[in-house]
Amino acid sequence: MPINYYITLALCLFAIGVVGVLTRRNAIIVFMCIELMLNAVNLLLVAFSKMHHLAKGAAATAGSDGQLFVFFIMVVAAAEVSVGLAIIVMMYRNVHSININFLNRLKH
Amino acid sequence: MNNVLDIVYWIPLLPLLGCIINGLGRKSLSKGAVGFIGSGVILAAFVLSLWVFFQVRGGNVHTAEYFPFINVGNLKIPFAFQIDQLSAIWLLIITGIGFLIHVYSTSYMHDEKPEHFGRYFAYLNLFVFSMLLLVMGANFVIMFIGWEGVGLCSYLLIGFWFKKKEYSKAANKAFIMNRVGDLAFLIALFILISKLGTTTFSEIFTSASLAKLSGKEISAITLLLFIGATGKSAQIPLYTWLPDAMAGPTPVSALIHAATMVTAGIYMIARANLLFSMAPSTLNIIAIIGIATALLAATIALKQNDIKKVLAYSTVSQLGYMFLALGSGAYVAAVFHVMTHAFFKALLFLGSGSVIHAMGGEQDMRKMGGLSKYMKITNLTFLLGCLAIAGIPGFSGFFSKDEILAGAFAKSPVFYALGLLGALLTAFYMFRLYATTFKGSFRGTHEQEHHLHESPAAITIPLIILAILSVVGGFVGVPEFMAHGAHALSDFLHPIFKDSYALLPAHEVSHSTEWGLAGLSSVLIIITVIIAWTRFSKKPDLEPASGFGKVLENKWYVDELYDTVIVKPLNRLGAFLGNVVDKRIVDGAVNGVGRLVRYGSRQLRWVQSGQTGSYILMMVLGMVLIFILQFFLRK
Repeated sequence: MPINYYITLALCLFAIGVVGVLTRRNAIIVFMCIELMLNAVNLLLVAFSKMHHLAKGAAATAGSDGQLFVFFIMVVAAAEVSVGLAIIVMMYRNVHSININFLNRLKH
Repeated sequence: MNNVLDIVYWIPLLPLLGCIINGLGRKSLSKGAVGFIGSGVILAAFVLSLWVFFQVRGGNVHTAEYFPFINVGNLKIPFAFQIDQLSAIWLLIITGIGFLIHVYSTSYMHDEKPEHFGRYFAYLNLFVFSMLLLVMGANFVIMFIGWEGVGLCSYLLIGFWFKKKEYSKAANKAFIMNRVGDLAFLIALFILISKLGTTTFSEIFTSASLAKLSGKEISAITLLLFIGATGKSAQIPLYTWLPDAMAGPTPVSALIHAATMVTAGIYMIARANLLFSMAPSTLNIIAIIGIATALLAATIALKQNDIKKVLAYSTVSQLGYMFLALGSGAYVAAVFHVMTHAFFKALLFLGSGSVIHAMGGEQDMRKMGGLSKYMKITNLTFLLGCLAIAGIPGFSGFFSKDEILAGAFAKSPVFYALGLLGALLTAFYMFRLYATTFKGSFRGTHEQEHHLHESPAAITIPLIILAILSVVGGFVGVPEFMAHGAHALSDFLHPIFKDSYALLPAHEVSHSTEWGLAGLSSVLIIITVIIAWTRFSKKPDLEPASGFGKVLENKWYVDELYDTVIVKPLNRLGAFLGNVVDKRIVDGAVNGVGRLVRYGSRQLRWVQSGQTGSYILMMVLGMVLIFILQFFLRK
């Protein structure tokens, strides 16, 4: 499959994520949108890595660092989600809402 | 210790010690102790100087190097003292006259508070120390330290009564005017260092090293040195500080005018005589400036009514004579006149101090008169001083002035005629001063008349000693035409000036001409003295001056001229720089930066709203911006 498809798909996913983050006020949906953006990036990384590998051909390890990055991103994203969800839980306990606009109270 | 020249460093060190002790102990030492220490160290220095003098007279010239003062690359300036005939003479004048002035001061300044009394003596000792450093230095740099030192001390002492604003201003004036001259001195020093790589006298004044300098360079150096001398020795155009220096206590005036400070310029030129002899054009300038100063100051002195102002202008005038002598190549005459002038000018100032003391601080001659009845010793000594400065035959001033006039005649009869005119003016204003002050009837208040008294012994004894010196001091320099080989001073100083004599064109004036000149000047001076005496003892001029007299009373308006030409424009420039450049531009820029940052941050504050959405929006916009930059601008 040509690389263009992967890029287009990733761009679409990323744009959906961005728009979601910007427009939605529900913290969990914002979170999901962030995951969407991360996964768009993951998809691109994997696609380019595969393309790179095919172009090099002979060398077995060519392009593997891109895939390695994907694992890192996944790990970091998982950690981030656990922290973020914890924050959301605490937020809900305090203000009985998960609207992110309530977070601006932190400045007071 | 069999040779005093090995311990010669004690001569300046003793006054310095006195200064430190008196300065630090001024609050705890009694007045008696301060006076004793202050005068004692000078007396000790004088005794050492006498000893040194006799060593030097025995042909024992000495240069002592103590430690390296500046050592940079090839430039090596040692801290060294040079004791020869010239410095020996000055050592005697400085410490001898200085000692008498110190003794005098113990009585004159007795009304001061103890700490001010101590401060006064500390300054006085420091003054003597600086002057000793100036004349003992074996190179121009050490000389320059003393040169600046006397400038500083004159500032401190002229402004001694600093609570009076005009006294502080007089002190400032003296200091600033001196700085103008000092700058020229410093530039001359730099030229010498850059051309010859040394400032040591014995290395500069050799034919080998002088051959390295071109005629133009020598002219430049000598002219700059001379400008330095005009500042310190009060010549046109930098003389106006000296009359204002009368703000200081009277003994200080005596010290500045007789023993220290103003003779520094003469000393420096006499020291560098070889250099000056190689620059005939500079010598001409010196002679012209000298005679012009002598005449200008003498005319001003004719119409002054402040007893100290008359003496101050007479000092300026006499210094002009010394420069005339230097410019004529009559170096010995200049040194001789420095010496005799030190005697009679110290005497006159101390005498006027005695008068002012008796008058309870009054300095205006118009309110004196008839003081000879009340102050016999002051009167007699003052009269002797006046006779000496006027140049009555037999008194010290006669010999030195006559020698200067003879030297001027050898250079050009015009200088002689002008010099003689100046001498007549001197005789006239001195006897105007004497007759107005001591003769006639008393014109002060009744209270003052009741208070009139002869001064105590600490004042009269120095007066008597100085009077004796003023009378007989001239006999060390009896001119050749009167008695063969009687000019002891000339023989003594011969090693200093012998190289210059070889360079200067010889103007032999026949003995009969010299007799004629001396006779002519003596007769004219005696006539002038008699006229002035009879006129002013009967009818002192009490009315305010009018017409030309007013111009003279106002000192030819030179102070006003300087004020409009230099001081006021400078003040205006200062005000402009202060108010416009500093306050508007510099301060404006600094404050502007502060205001900009404050304004900018106040605006930026609104960005941090706490709205998560807006943060993310900005992040996205930022990312988009980076993409745009990446794709469209980088190529």
